[in-house]
Amino acid sequence: MTAPVLALENLSVGFRAGGREHVAVDRVSLTVNRGEVLGLVGESGSGKSVTGLALMGLIEAPGRVSGGRILFEGRDIAGLPEAELRPLRGKRMAMIFQDPMTTLNPVLRVETQVVEAIRAHERVGAAAARARAREALVKVGIPAPDERLRAYPHQLSGGMRQRIAIAIALLHAPALLIADEPTTALDVTIQAQILAEAQALCAEMGTALIWITHDLAVVAGLADRLCVMYAGRIVEGGPVADVIEAPLHPYTAGLIGSAPSRNARGVPLTQIPGMVPSLVDRPPGCAFAPRCPAATPDCAAPPPTALAEPSRFALCRHPLQPARFT
Amino acid sequence: MLTYLIQRFGQALVTVAAMATLVFLGVYAIADPIDMLAAPDATPDERAAIAARLGLDRSLLVQFGTFAWRALHGDLGRSFVYNESALSVIVQRLPATLELALTALVLAVAVGLPLGLWAGLRPNAASGRTIMTGSILAFSLPNFWQGLMLVLVFAVTLGWFPAGGRGETVNVLGVETGLLTLDGLRHLVLPAVNLALFKLAVVIRLARAGTREAMLQDYVRFARAKGLSPARIVGVHVLKNILLPVVTVIGLEFGSMIAFAVVTETVFAWPGIGKLLIDSINRLDRPVIVAYLMLTVSLFVVINLIVDLIYAGLDPRVRLSEAA
Amino acid sequence: MSRPEILPSEGLPADGPPAASARVETAEPVWRAHLRAFFRSPGAALGFAILVLTILAACLAPWITPQDPYDLANLDVMDGTLPPGSRSVSGLLYVLGTDAQGRDMLSAIVYGLRVSLVVGLSATLVAATLGSAVGVLAANAGGRVDAVLMRLADLQLSFPAILIALVLLAAFGRGVDKVVIALIAVQWAYYARAIRATALVERRREYMEAARALALPRRSLIVRHLLPNCLPPVIVVATMQVAHAIALEATLSFLGVGVPVTEPSLGLLIKNGYDYLLSGKYWISTFPGLALVAVIVAINLVGDRLRDVLNPRFSD
Repeated sequence: MTAPVLALENLSVGFRAGGREHVAVDRVSLTVNRGEVLGLVGESGSGKSVTGLALMGLIEAPGRVSGGRILFEGRDIAGLPEAELRPLRGKRMAMIFQDPMTTLNPVLRVETQVVEAIRAHERVGAAAARARAREALVKVGIPAPDERLRAYPHQLSGGMRQRIAIAIALLHAPALLIADEPTTALDVTIQAQILAEAQALCAEMGTALIWITHDLAVVAGLADRLCVMYAGRIVEGGPVADVIEAPLHPYTAGLIGSAPSRNARGVPLTQIPGMVPSLVDRPPGCAFAPRCPAATPDCAAPPPTALAEPSRFALCRHPLQPARFT
Repeated sequence: MLTYLIQRFGQALVTVAAMATLVFLGVYAIADPIDMLAAPDATPDERAAIAARLGLDRSLLVQFGTFAWRALHGDLGRSFVYNESALSVIVQRLPATLELALTALVLAVAVGLPLGLWAGLRPNAASGRTIMTGSILAFSLPNFWQGLMLVLVFAVTLGWFPAGGRGETVNVLGVETGLLTLDGLRHLVLPAVNLALFKLAVVIRLARAGTREAMLQDYVRFARAKGLSPARIVGVHVLKNILLPVVTVIGLEFGSMIAFAVVTETVFAWPGIGKLLIDSINRLDRPVIVAYLMLTVSLFVVINLIVDLIYAGLDPRVRLSEAA
Repeated sequence: MSRPEILPSEGLPADGPPAASARVETAEPVWRAHLRAFFRSPGAALGFAILVLTILAACLAPWITPQDPYDLANLDVMDGTLPPGSRSVSGLLYVLGTDAQGRDMLSAIVYGLRVSLVVGLSATLVAATLGSAVGVLAANAGGRVDAVLMRLADLQLSFPAILIALVLLAAFGRGVDKVVIALIAVQWAYYARAIRATALVERRREYMEAARALALPRRSLIVRHLLPNCLPPVIVVATMQVAHAIALEATLSFLGVGVPVTEPSLGLLIKNGYDYLLSGKYWISTFPGLALVAVIVAINLVGDRLRDVLNPRFSD
């Protein structure tokens, strides 16, 4: 097996505020292989978006990567200076964001924004860059690309804008695309189209894809593997079908139970009581324990890692399936 | 849109007419200019002759009627002091003021934008704070005092620039300008800086606030994710977003620069219309005061009208609400 | 008639609506808290100290100045344009030097401060009262009255203050009272606009609904209920406007159209010294200028802090 495109080893991200450092991402480890789709699922505040930004080196002060390694194509890029990260960004690794209304600059034409992304990494003439830009728009299924290139973002629909963002992200056939809830702000029908297109394009280019979302249903049909984040930690990981079929962690089970699905008609949706703990008052042991139906007093101690086949794990003392502890 | 145009134009005309009335009545209520014009030992007959020559012996209403009728024909009266058309007295001095105001405007934008950008990118650094403190001082300290300090430091103490006057000018297409001679430029530096300071502070504030806001936007994050250089992100993505409000405000403020030139021109003995106004007030040269005020008021009304129309043209919402 | 007990209670969270904290019943403790918060900022405390000192000096001018600068009997032209630290023929120390007439600059400045402060404060006080009245009237009357008043305010605000003041002074001529009138004319519109905006918001609040429901007379509604809650923004705007008024008065006097030579303010002192500035006799203009700057900066520091403490909904 070849080396993974990306391997996170105990990545931590902290935000300094009021003289204390608050941990937003806590010892996260994961790997993504070439062409693989990884779903990163969690509620808002779970640290999933911060993880994505950390991978791109886009954490801004007062935040910082406070520990761990980010091995991208075999090289540790954590703490690399801006000048060395820039050739990677947009070229080898790319990212798209949640709100297509705001990711494109409102006062620049679409063409400018596509062409500058090409010329940031390649020396090409204006005419050639324009042709490339047009081609990229066609690839993501945008009709009348010439007209769209001349347009300003506000003249386009949300779906169209997100397609343009995807086109920009995939311009240089990156090894990794991080998609931070890119369809949340869109209509359901457009959502499905964009999901399918992004997946197809990544498969075609061999681009690995990290799809960050709070919506399990979205990744269920899309991802190969799934990581569930809660309060800054990955609490469960494994192949998507296995995790959804038989979750190890009570939190994953809660997420699945609270998601509407076709085969559970008439059954009331369950609800996870309580709220995600804030960065400030995080319990020392298992962060989910206060909301967990299976919690016992010993959950106040740091949770052990439970392992199960095939290549599944969960951070839980009381896994819901048979598992062994390390 | 046409209705809107006519409506706005009508409003502008009414404003000018109302101001004309107010200005006339106000200015013609000032103390008797004959005291200034007649020799101290003049006999009552001599005084009456002067009054008759200037039309000051008739009732205020008749004077206003004459004034209004002539004003409609582009005649704002004759200066008592210069004994020529008040309008032409002003027009002769207009190039000096325009030269000063335009230079100051360019200076305010050219210096204020980069400083505001810098302060917006580093709001907590010492440099950013210094820029803000400077802009607050430029904003709140009286302009004439700033001018005095410029004179004291750069003219009196250091001797780098002249303290007043316009210097050598050349005639280009019938307009006297000091922009083309070295001496003229040297004379322009201090007054232009003085007049620019207040607007500079405004530009810095606007640019700083705009930059801080823009830097938090997703499009800046996306631009970084694209691998763009910081120079391109700031120079294109951020700058273009803050340029529009800054240019709009500055365009609007051009009229007030002409008004504020009164102060700068007095400090630096700059022979423009502002200094003319102050001299005329002190000499009770009513026609020139009236002509100046009419000119400035019209300028303001025109600027406001243009800005309104541009907004209506740019923003479809304005058009729609007016049509409804 | 007793006040209804339906007013919102105090003890709002720190970021809660600030105007609520000025309610009359709870005035004492709230004011004390505001006072403490105010003096927590060293800049504001310094500004406040400077202000108190200048106001005291201005009030006590005849007793604390070495010389009555406008009693010609005291002046000796032989003492003209002496640099700071010189002594007069009679042995009087001129700490800040003298002007062309041999007037002690320190005394002239203290007397000048008096004129500047009186003009700035009285103009602001009248403008604030007048403007607030217009604003409340417009907000309550609505309809045509509102439209006409606000149109007038907008029209005036579209011209720079200095231009309006120049027009008025060109018409009136010089004089302390005339400068005050010009400053009032320039300022009222700010208050009218600010108060109208606040009043429109306050009108819709629950306590006003409640007071209306009790069928309190209209005048008592406005005077006892609406007005006190519109006060904090007026206080902040007024503080800043005092600085503007003083600066504008100084500018007008510098231009020679403001106060008369018999009652020189700081601006006129600076004008008088300007000719000497060019020949290197800096003190005649510079010291009155520094006094002016100190007063303006101090007021701004105090006003900034007041805005933070009272935290009105509109700022800048």
